[in-house]
Amino acid sequence: MTQYERFLDTFFNPEVMANYFPKIVEGLLVTCQIAFLVVISGIVFGLALALLRSYRWTPVNLAIIFFVDMFRALPPLVLILILYFGLPNVGFTLSGYVVLWLVLTCVLAAFSEEIFWAGILSVDKGQWMASRSTGMSYTQTLLNVVMPQAIRLTIPPLTNRTIAITKNTALGMVIGVDELLNEATTAQAFSGNATPLMMGAIAYLILFVPVVYLGRYIEHRFAWRKV
Amino acid sequence: MSYGDLEVLRGIDIDVVPSELVFIIGPSGSGKSTLLRCCNRLEEPDSGEIIVDGSSITAKGADLNAIRQRIGMVFQSFNLYPHLSAGGNVMLALRKVLGKPKAEARQIAEAALERVGLADKIDNYPNQLSGGQQQRAAIARALALEPKIMLFDEPTSALDPELVGDVLNVMAELKQAGMTMVVVSHEMRFAKAAADRVIFMDGGVIVEQGAPANLFANPQHQRTRDFVRQVEH
Repeated sequence: MTQYERFLDTFFNPEVMANYFPKIVEGLLVTCQIAFLVVISGIVFGLALALLRSYRWTPVNLAIIFFVDMFRALPPLVLILILYFGLPNVGFTLSGYVVLWLVLTCVLAAFSEEIFWAGILSVDKGQWMASRSTGMSYTQTLLNVVMPQAIRLTIPPLTNRTIAITKNTALGMVIGVDELLNEATTAQAFSGNATPLMMGAIAYLILFVPVVYLGRYIEHRFAWRKV
Repeated sequence: MSYGDLEVLRGIDIDVVPSELVFIIGPSGSGKSTLLRCCNRLEEPDSGEIIVDGSSITAKGADLNAIRQRIGMVFQSFNLYPHLSAGGNVMLALRKVLGKPKAEARQIAEAALERVGLADKIDNYPNQLSGGQQQRAAIARALALEPKIMLFDEPTSALDPELVGDVLNVMAELKQAGMTMVVVSHEMRFAKAAADRVIFMDGGVIVEQGAPANLFANPQHQRTRDFVRQVEH
């Protein structure tokens, strides 16, 4: 075997590919599903926190800031391990799937709250005054005048952050969630061959490259038209 | 009215009668804009009472949103909503505050924009309008709510000189139509032509007031004299 053949046999073995293809697809679907759920719930939760924060009720804001800082500071893996291995000791068991979803949702919510909040703050004070001067309430102004402008500014950082956090679905591996990386490493162990990991990497590309392009497209479409 | 320890307005007592155009002049930092913003409580006065159209807007529990519908305000920087067309800017409060159906709101918006000479710009976004057009659209946004009084906060200060005239013309037409107006501005020629009364403010107090002809030709106080001389070059 030449070096080149050994390389191909290790990373692109056709037999292993054929054997584990269905497992990799299964894993990809689970990853897609969790990623989708995390993106929806994380962004909605983050948006809700940012809106709530804009009312500037001190106790509520302190709680939001504490939540946000904690989930931004802690590595998601630590949270996943604590919830998955710690909670059962106090009689509270969550499945790996739920733990993964919950932790990533909270992390994405924390980051997106900060992004939405920065967007809200960046809207000119004159916009608030103009809207309030026509008799619009605080909430009406927030939803109809400020948020449409704030959201445009948040699209680029939000897209980046969403991709970064969604990739963390691979952490599900350590708590036995049947997601893509887990299926790939299991297949690698059984086959004694790195080809399934390569398939996993390709599957991640298939999943995330379109998301990256979609992000770029949205960014372009929502680019701030100069006033 | 104060910011921290800095007292911005002191002992202000003004009556504006219906259909009157009151012009407020004074050096920057004299409290003109603050006074205007107190009139619809975009700024909170520390003490005192403000009565608009018979009801106290400083009373406890006053319905600010209802009161503000009756007080139109125009800003130096226009503050049009950049994500909405000119028509959308005018229609927003009609739809959300007055609860008008879309078709009716659109009709009112058309009429209001027509009044400021922008009937053909209803679907244009603010970034497609010149500064003067933006300011007229902002006037239409306030007018559409049929206010009892209009407050103008340096409406032409951010405009290129050749665009000032269009905005002043609209204001002059409003005056002719009997609108009650309080205008903070440095357009002295407009003040002489259209104002019923000119108030000179400095350091948060009213230094003197009177008919424009008197105040400009024969100011009683040294500060007023200095200011009038400066702005008239």
